Amino acid sequence: MLAPLLEARSISKAFAGVRALNGVNFSLFPGEVHALVGENGAGKSTLIKVFTGAIAADSGSLTVAGREVRHHTPATARSLGIGAIYQQPSLFPHLTVAENIAWTLEGGGLWHRVDWKARQRLAAGLIRRAGASIDPERVAGTLSMPEQQIVEIAKAIGAGARILIMDEPTSSLTDREVESLFQVIASLRAQGSGVIYISHRLNEIFSIADRITVLRDGETIGTRNTTEVQPTGLIEMMAGRPSASVFPKREVPHGAIALELRNVSSSAAGVRAVSFSVRSGEIVGLAGLVGSGRTELAETIFGLNALDSGEILVEARRVRIGSPAEAIEAGVAYVPQDRRRHGIVLEMPVAANTSLASLGAISRWGWIDGARERILAERYVAQLHIKTPSVDATCGTLSGGNQQKVALARWLATSPKVLILDEPTQGVDVGSKSEIHRRMVDLAEGGLAIIMISSELPEILGMSDRILVMHAGSIGGVLSRAEATQYKILSLALGHRPTGEMARIQE
Amino acid sequence: MRKGYSREASVAGALVALLVVVAAVAPGYFSRENLTDICLANAPVLIVAVGMTLVILTGQIDISVGSIFAVCGVGAGVLAKAGLPVPIAALGACFTGAVLGSLNGGLVAYLRVPSIVVTLAAMVALRDGLRWATQGAWVEDLPSGFQWLGFSQSSFSAMILLVAAGITVTVGWGLRNLAAGRAVYATGSSEEAAHLSGIDTRRYRFWVFTITGALTGLAALLNSVRFNQIPSNSGLGLEMRVIAAVVVGGTAITGGTGSISGTVVGVILLGAVGPALTFLGINPYWEKAIQGAIILAAIVADRVSVRVAFRSSRKHASSPASTSA
Repeated sequence: MLAPLLEARSISKAFAGVRALNGVNFSLFPGEVHALVGENGAGKSTLIKVFTGAIAADSGSLTVAGREVRHHTPATARSLGIGAIYQQPSLFPHLTVAENIAWTLEGGGLWHRVDWKARQRLAAGLIRRAGASIDPERVAGTLSMPEQQIVEIAKAIGAGARILIMDEPTSSLTDREVESLFQVIASLRAQGSGVIYISHRLNEIFSIADRITVLRDGETIGTRNTTEVQPTGLIEMMAGRPSASVFPKREVPHGAIALELRNVSSSAAGVRAVSFSVRSGEIVGLAGLVGSGRTELAETIFGLNALDSGEILVEARRVRIGSPAEAIEAGVAYVPQDRRRHGIVLEMPVAANTSLASLGAISRWGWIDGARERILAERYVAQLHIKTPSVDATCGTLSGGNQQKVALARWLATSPKVLILDEPTQGVDVGSKSEIHRRMVDLAEGGLAIIMISSELPEILGMSDRILVMHAGSIGGVLSRAEATQYKILSLALGHRPTGEMARIQE
Repeated sequence: MRKGYSREASVAGALVALLVVVAAVAPGYFSRENLTDICLANAPVLIVAVGMTLVILTGQIDISVGSIFAVCGVGAGVLAKAGLPVPIAALGACFTGAVLGSLNGGLVAYLRVPSIVVTLAAMVALRDGLRWATQGAWVEDLPSGFQWLGFSQSSFSAMILLVAAGITVTVGWGLRNLAAGRAVYATGSSEEAAHLSGIDTRRYRFWVFTITGALTGLAALLNSVRFNQIPSNSGLGLEMRVIAAVVVGGTAITGGTGSISGTVVGVILLGAVGPALTFLGINPYWEKAIQGAIILAAIVADRVSVRVAFRSSRKHASSPASTSA
């Protein structure tokens, strides 16, 4: 057997005490396409960053072309022939293809003369080796997505890369474009390069990969030859057993329908024909892989994306929501995902952050009633157990979990009927996490309809009364709390409908 | 929001230190005439700076105020000379300023053109347009009722100060107590968070430019009636002076934090330095250099305080969420 191009043994990496990788093993042989799969947060990106030298592993060894690599950096990665192609190509849009390629490949100082002819020849040659034909004189900004990716591949080949890492390269490609990318991969394989291929699309993996490695919770679950494994078996490996963590979920009675979507589409957001409803007191989990349109759907309900067709009803009344202000007016609240950018205003005190979306309610003739603002803020500080010296403390000084609670307080202060939470516990410590979960149940008990977006399957399973699984911009399936398993959610999220038999075996 | 307080205190401290030195070396500085002169010269600057504070708080900049100032001053004079009643000419100056400001604001808020570009264009176009229209000539032979708006010099001086103080207090109060003021801070601090909270951030961007234009028109009027002719090149460099005062006063150039009281001490400090040099017997050519040093010190203080605040907030924040695949 040939020696592996790359071999990683027991790679471990922790971020601030959280294990991202735990004893991961991985190998790549010449002429092989090796797929890396796993759900969100399984550790794929972290592993790739270890390979490209973007981050250093805490322990474990990395062997490239038979030599062990210590002090791996992006520069050594490149000199060892490791090249990465990301989901979003990073070309200079105003430069030509040849210039883009030359920028990464040509050495020389700031003052070296440009040999335009050589540049062109180099670019044309590399693109040919990538199995495509693109005019090197074209401006990168005018290229289609796959053409840009081919230029990225040409750059990597030109840099002498024999190990190509492709992170979700097909996520923005059409089927025909995927086909042409696969031809390029096939020609690279024929030339003896190795490709590490990351994708959420199982059918692609089965058509292109020679071997598949599954990661889950930062650990290698197993490596299989593609010929020896079925999609269902793979999903099973990715999903694992339900986690044992306890969620403070209580059954509360459900009331009338609070929010209903009828055939909602938004081409700007990539949301296609979504219909569902949420009752008051109900917690609906919105699951799906990153990029499946969960956040985009939430933003569409909140008036951030224009509706092409369909209608939204709040408490059985049709509403027109064209802006966040109208959404708030209609009784919809949205706690966004990236709280440092969209959620709270870091420079403002807790009180001002709490009242920001309900300034009208605490002011008369536009004049803020300071006393009422304090009372409002103090009420939520008490109700949500926000740990802050006082409501005058600047939000930037609070911990992540408490910042998230302040963001939640702002939206509760608008007295919403529907609350949409986007990754409410992401980046939040364990204590605050279960705290937030407890508050969610309290709120549902108080008659609020809650939609919770989460990438964490245990959280979805533990907190939801019902689970909507999104796939490619539409609802791939709906699961009740009783029937939902990690396996079923993942199958729907991957666009793979579980057969009745497999689903039963899982229970 | 109240973080700027320490800045206000330190600028006030620098001002007091300057005044103590001047008091010891050249007590003549504190003569009634000199203080009146300083106040009268800086009241228009303060009025414009109050508007500029609003603009900078929303994260924008307006460098066209000097040119708007000139257009409004000359405009008021021309209207008065044309025989219009003086109050109408005065209103005309404010109105012209508001219209020019609203053009800036409209382009910035609704067409999303960067404010530095919009107001740079306005600055150059208005300045050169005015030069072309007046052929560089000053507006002279103003009707008798124009100077001091028909009041006596002393009562008008008091009036200028009252108007400047009134505007400052009103806007400062509004920023603290009105929902609109809160929205201004939120817009400059995190436009997306403000937008998601239902605030129409574009509307506030539009209005801060319009208000600044109107205040600039008012300042130009109050300034022009002090003399019996109006130079067509008035307000040259006003924008820099005003922006400097706002920044020295602790308003972050990136928006979101700052206060009107900071701007007040900033205007007073920068306005007091020049005359002080004369009294201290230092070559007045040093004025700009010293003002520059003050601005630099203020900006450096800004970066340092931001870094300290960032570090302390980092300490509290939990682990990065970017470990997911």
